[in-house]
Amino acid sequence: MAQVTYEHVTKHWGDVVAVNDLNIEIADKEFLVFVGPSGCGKSTSLRLLAGLDDLTNGDIYIGDRLVNEIPPKDRDIAMVFQSYALYPHMSVYDNMAFGLKLRKLPKAEIDQRVRHAAQELGIEHLLDRKPKALSGGQRQRVAVGRAIVREPAVFLMDEPLSNLDAKLRVEARAMIQRLHHRLETTFIYVTHDQTEAMTMGSRIAVLKDGILQQVNTPQVLYDKPDNVFVAGFIGSPSMNFFDATMIQENGGAYADTGAFRVRAPESKRDAWMQTAGRRVILGVRPEDIHDPNYAPPGIRPLEVEALVDVRELMGNEVFLYLKSGNHDYIARVDPRTAAYVGNRIEVVFNAENMHLFDAETEQALR
Amino acid sequence: MAETVVPKIMKQGKVTPWLYLAPALIVMTIFIVYPMFNTIGLSLRDKSGTASAAVTCSEDGPCWGIFENYRYALTDEIDPSSPATIWQSFWASSYGNNIKWILLMVTGTVGLGLLVALLSDRVRYEALAKALIFMPMAISFVGAGVIWKFVYDYGTQQVQIGLLNSILTGLGGKPVAWLSTPGLNTLALILVGVWIWTGFCMTILSAALKSVPSEIIEASRVDGASEWRIFWQILVPIIMPTIVVVITTMVINVLKVFDIVYVMTGGNYGSEVIANRMYTEMYKNFHSGRGTAVAVVLIVAIVPFMIINIRRFREQEAMR
Repeated sequence: MAQVTYEHVTKHWGDVVAVNDLNIEIADKEFLVFVGPSGCGKSTSLRLLAGLDDLTNGDIYIGDRLVNEIPPKDRDIAMVFQSYALYPHMSVYDNMAFGLKLRKLPKAEIDQRVRHAAQELGIEHLLDRKPKALSGGQRQRVAVGRAIVREPAVFLMDEPLSNLDAKLRVEARAMIQRLHHRLETTFIYVTHDQTEAMTMGSRIAVLKDGILQQVNTPQVLYDKPDNVFVAGFIGSPSMNFFDATMIQENGGAYADTGAFRVRAPESKRDAWMQTAGRRVILGVRPEDIHDPNYAPPGIRPLEVEALVDVRELMGNEVFLYLKSGNHDYIARVDPRTAAYVGNRIEVVFNAENMHLFDAETEQALR
Repeated sequence: MAETVVPKIMKQGKVTPWLYLAPALIVMTIFIVYPMFNTIGLSLRDKSGTASAAVTCSEDGPCWGIFENYRYALTDEIDPSSPATIWQSFWASSYGNNIKWILLMVTGTVGLGLLVALLSDRVRYEALAKALIFMPMAISFVGAGVIWKFVYDYGTQQVQIGLLNSILTGLGGKPVAWLSTPGLNTLALILVGVWIWTGFCMTILSAALKSVPSEIIEASRVDGASEWRIFWQILVPIIMPTIVVVITTMVINVLKVFDIVYVMTGGNYGSEVIANRMYTEMYKNFHSGRGTAVAVVLIVAIVPFMIINIRRFREQEAMR
């Protein structure tokens, strides 16, 4: 059990900066998710912690111990790889026991740990098989089993679910969460999938181009994204963005997108007012745009004319691809909606739930 | 009415497939099947191939009848006077020498090839290092033999033009007759073989090593394995199928070794090998019966390794 600290961690690959001055403190027993698009430095950050790559600058601590110069085997970590990286010439049992044998544990304890983990993961009947004879989901569980028998201070997982099909991925997600609850150990998890990040992480660190964009709980990331990138990355479908100008009129602040105008929410009036006359980016989540007939009570409605471009029925909801003026955006509306492709309809924005960003810095204005 | 459509190619009857095969079968028959049977036939006949080999039997010595040439091929080099001399003469015979060649050259080329493949993987000038080690493969064996003949040259005069001996004398030592000292000369020849073939083994083993996913190596590193253990317990087992193929290929190559011995010692001074003996009987002594008998013995020795190789190849194909 241990907390993990990144202090000014930087990694260069030649001229490319993979990780740029990463500072983050991960508490003991926390489930932290590194998320971002490919090439954002999330895997590199994890590999630096594992000791598989050397850092260019900065310090990494596991517990109170500076691990910069400590080889992977002595860092008290276990890692699950994207490809699972099972030893193809060893049986499932030997795959799981390998690390324990190297640590010279007594045979009886190795056997007890391997069988216990296998039982927990439902792979007891596979212990004598070679990895080649396993399905993808089974291999994934063996890879997790190989990590848990080690009983490490920190679990590292590098996109462990990305080679599974959608159904198995949901199951494996739940399995890993159960594991985290039971083991009460620090988990650090890398994924490019924001759904995985949202569902599993107790905190999420969003990375882009090697720079940490925001680190917080899933709820905060969703409700109060710090910048346009985080706002667009977290949530599915993505947040809609409208280029707008901030106007001051009759003592109120209005964001004018050309197609519609939205008055500042009461709580954010001062912040909006300060940007009067400037270019801003208005962010609206698809679920804050409603069919007027099914709009929930308690919202501050803003009616906007729109043309339905595409309609996608998801079963429990409908995604409408809309056009207003020169803006394209997506609304996530009630499935009973009568809007069909080609219709000119009126939609209702919840004007209370607006996100505002500076057009130049792309930082949130609050 | 449903009518099963038979592709035209299925309607060709029994003759057409043979027509397609005919050119290959004819060529194979003329150049491989017929010579093979002819070789076996000749090996059972006398020097000129006109009478049964039995007529060449001497009256007082042992005789294997129609297999007399095989008696010669297998036992002529052996001194049967006592168990000790049997062993000594066998170890110095072409068969004994071929065994030395197999033991030393196969371990040498495969071991060095693996070592170089592993080490060069970690240096920046990998391509250069590999090119240098592979280069001897591009030289003909006869050429390599001539080059090394200079290296091993032993001058009876004061001046030593051989590289090794000039170094030895330069350091104040005595020159060594590398190629005419029995026992030592076979080792010197094997060294040339290793020099030529290490590049081949290195190339194939290097490709196999590179195909081992790096995540497996990293997983074993996180699991706590030292570099030594990673090599022996992860890398070697994973590339074992390739190592076996390289070993059997090298065994076949070494069993057939001829050029190096022919060029450098001519099989003299106790450096004889099976293939050179075959050549000597056939083209120097003009004894087609004995020459072909040695050839058949050599083929019989090679066949098991060919079978291993083909089996491995099929297994690999089946895995795709």
